[in-house]
Amino acid sequence: MATHKISVTINGATREAEVESRLLLVHLIREVFRMTGTHVGCDTSHCGACTVILDGNPVKSCTVLAVQADGAKITTVEGLEQGGKLHPVQEGFTEKHGLQCGFCTPGMLMTTSALLERNKNPSEQQIREAISGNLCRCTGYVNIVKAVQYAAEKMR
Amino acid sequence: MIPAAFDYHRPDTLDEALKLLKRHGDEAKVLSGGMSLLPMLKLRLASFAHLVDIGRVPGLDYIKEEKGTLRIGAMTRQATLERSDLIRTKYPILADAIPLIADPLVRNRGTIGGNVANGDPGNDQPAIMLALGATFVARGSKERSMPASQFYKGLYSTALAPGEILTEIRIPAPPPKSGGAYAKLKRKTGDFAVAAAAVQVTLERAGIGLTNAGLTPVEAVDAAKYLIGKMPDEKTIVEAAKMAAAKSSPSADRRGSVEYKKEMARVLTTRALRKAVQRAGGN
Repeated sequence: MATHKISVTINGATREAEVESRLLLVHLIREVFRMTGTHVGCDTSHCGACTVILDGNPVKSCTVLAVQADGAKITTVEGLEQGGKLHPVQEGFTEKHGLQCGFCTPGMLMTTSALLERNKNPSEQQIREAISGNLCRCTGYVNIVKAVQYAAEKMR
Repeated sequence: MIPAAFDYHRPDTLDEALKLLKRHGDEAKVLSGGMSLLPMLKLRLASFAHLVDIGRVPGLDYIKEEKGTLRIGAMTRQATLERSDLIRTKYPILADAIPLIADPLVRNRGTIGGNVANGDPGNDQPAIMLALGATFVARGSKERSMPASQFYKGLYSTALAPGEILTEIRIPAPPPKSGGAYAKLKRKTGDFAVAAAAVQVTLERAGIGLTNAGLTPVEAVDAAKYLIGKMPDEKTIVEAAKMAAAKSSPSADRRGSVEYKKEMARVLTTRALRKAVQRAGGN
């Protein structure tokens, strides 16, 4: 089976890799690029722990082939912090206790930061809809919603 | 989970994609959004030696209404449809359904072409296509179109011939005094329907499709015919929903027993009919 030479821009840096067709994007990120902030949870596109932003849209990176991302711009949780300053959603999760075990958090941060790019003032309902593909087993989502509201206010 | 090994092809044109399909025959599978295919490959429920990714074939991603027909390119993603003003204002049956498909992250990748063409009776859009009287356009050695009502042959089996690619979905633009609705019962976000009903009504035509009600999406032809020429009052709606549910033949699984699912098909058809009639300016 042929391999493919791909190039992606991940958190602003261009990276190249030689990948097998079947390599999943999440494995490219974690195992080839050694950026382990993105988590593998269910591995069946249910839980959203592996969410990354692919060309502006949050997607489940366990259900995208690495080769499909050739030429794409990817942002992972490592790319949220800018110049030593936390992204407002990261700050919100800290301030509002938006996590307990933290396993879902990278995915939650990617989904909610993408939401706030599109919608500066989401309602609680819109926040809950946006994170409906990201499962959290600790918080009951209450503090996650508060964290996103905190970030929204901060970003306005 | 890692899929069995395959070769990945990314054609730049539709002709190139068709050539690849022809060359590799039934060892090849079209990859669209991948939201059904990739999980199946990962779970090793399916395996193909060649994937032909049509994700970058130009000219398959559009939503336009022309000469009384809504034309949707097969690669149009669910999220694009969800944000379309045309869909929201004029095709409420689709606007009802799309936010209920999978979850927002999956809808950023999943396409309408994949949803209608992979032949899964649990997908939401096939039943909607039956209700709307849609036509599917496919390209193989030549272009041909086929009505949705003749498209679904069995579980994961459709009228698409090997070497053909679904390129466009054509939906008759609803005339004045039309109404459509989709009612779905699901256990949680991301789950397939326990049961769901798609309804489109006008003065002269009615269409009813049922999701997860058998090995293929089910078109409730008798129930739709029964509605024509009648006052769409509660009695008529209740009777039509009963007739539609009688056409469903679901199987028992974690989502419920056969009896429960048939009853839910009846309830959801009733609800969708009420809403569709109301939207049409009826009751």
